[in-house]
Amino acid sequence: MEEFIVTEKLTKKYGDVTAIDGLDLKVHAGEIYGFLGPNGAGKTTTIRVLTTLTKPTSGHALVNGFDVVKESDAVKKMIGVVQQHVSLDRDLTVKENMEFRARLHHLGSSERKKRIAELLDYVGLTEEADRLVDALSGGMKKRAMIVSSLMHSPKVLFLDEPTVGLDAQTRRRLWDLIRRLHLDGTTVFLTTHYIEEAEALCQRVGIIDQGRLIDLGKPLELRQRLGLVTVETLVNNKETRYQYFADRAAATSYVQNLPPEAKTVIIRDSNLEDVFVELTGRKVGAD
Amino acid sequence: MVNVFSDIYSVLWVDLRFLRRHWLRTLATSLVNPLLYLVAFGYGLGSGINFEGYNYLAFVMPGIIALTAMSSSYGGAGLKLHVDRLFYKCFDEYLMSPISLFSLAIGKTLIGVVRGLISTVAILLVGVLISPELMVTPLFVIVLVTSCFVFSFLGVLIGLWAKSHQDLGTFSTLVILPMTFLSGTFFSLSQLPEAVKAVLYMFPLTHSSQCLRAAALNQPFPWLSFAALLSFGAVFFVGCMWLLKRTSV
Repeated sequence: MEEFIVTEKLTKKYGDVTAIDGLDLKVHAGEIYGFLGPNGAGKTTTIRVLTTLTKPTSGHALVNGFDVVKESDAVKKMIGVVQQHVSLDRDLTVKENMEFRARLHHLGSSERKKRIAELLDYVGLTEEADRLVDALSGGMKKRAMIVSSLMHSPKVLFLDEPTVGLDAQTRRRLWDLIRRLHLDGTTVFLTTHYIEEAEALCQRVGIIDQGRLIDLGKPLELRQRLGLVTVETLVNNKETRYQYFADRAAATSYVQNLPPEAKTVIIRDSNLEDVFVELTGRKVGAD
Repeated sequence: MVNVFSDIYSVLWVDLRFLRRHWLRTLATSLVNPLLYLVAFGYGLGSGINFEGYNYLAFVMPGIIALTAMSSSYGGAGLKLHVDRLFYKCFDEYLMSPISLFSLAIGKTLIGVVRGLISTVAILLVGVLISPELMVTPLFVIVLVTSCFVFSFLGVLIGLWAKSHQDLGTFSTLVILPMTFLSGTFFSLSQLPEAVKAVLYMFPLTHSSQCLRAAALNQPFPWLSFAALLSFGAVFFVGCMWLLKRTSV
């Protein structure tokens, strides 16, 4: 399979703090790759390096074969970036923001107009085209950011925590949009600390903690390695223990043989949070 | 080369859209200070006084024009850039696009030049009406445009350097404010001791005022001051490029 993003021993230090620590990544062309990890794990720094905003301290990063430091111009032409915070000019309208991005990427006048109309329609923002960004809702701002980043038809779209702070319905609409982009052939690299987001969207998930990739695979594979079924038991009304089993039969057999002090037994499907907790000893989302 | 020009225009385009939407507010706010100085110093303090053979109004007018060029160009280039970087966080979009840092620096400078010229032309119209001695010669226009570039470069430099709103305020209080009052805008440097003069020549506004006054009142032109003004511009531009290179890959 063709590798679209490759990093080798990628390291970024800020003074004494190591944000990324010898990261080796391989993102396939056309996939949705999820980067799952707690706040401060190095997700945003990785995106900043891959999108040419931050120089790595050591190691290499290639996007479609181009080095992000030595060939940053070639990289810039093929990437679209949706940052975690609103990065639109809030004094301009949605359409003006889109036109601005198109101009920076050297699109001609007629191409700009055509692309703006197409993309606004694509995300259902045609009615909002002439509204100032500041007047939009959070979900609309996010969609406006996505279409602005798509003006030059990038080959890879980086989404940094795309649904943070959005309500459940808006989040699902954005997931649909990301799936559509993927079906249209765009490689998507997204960071998230929402387990359900990684499970719902990503073909492969890399789990990052303290700047290191600690596991990688399809969501199902990661869960299989741990055990597809989880048993939660409350022992002595104090501590919840987690046990993982390959199937429900094994889990049920375990529960039947539990000692009397084990209470409130829950049998459920394992999820990526279980994988993460077992790998790192911490809950995703905790600082 | 074509790309360089179109990239510069692309960067400028965003700020022109903003200016178009807020042109009246921008013009009004940038004219308040010079008009206050004109009334307070030109008519209030200086009425009836003769200065270096001119009435005080004719003497002070080129200084006020230099001052307007400074505040409008510096503020016009620096403040929006500062807001884009630290509050709107949309400045990264420039750095992630395939335009050169040179185009970015010049594009961001040009909005300061445009705003500086709009404000100075407005105040100049007032000046020509109330002070007939004022001559708008080609040399005057050249110095005015040069001054706008120099102070716009300074605005971009500070807009890129400031890490917080406080940094910007500190620079304004410690550098811009003293420069406003001490750069020979309202008085002649010839009255001052040499040591004080040497310090004041370290301000670009001193050279801008001297050159504009000489050109407007048909005095011998201080070419050395003009060279100093150009040098300030070159240093500020190099500073902008250095900061941009430092913040990007």
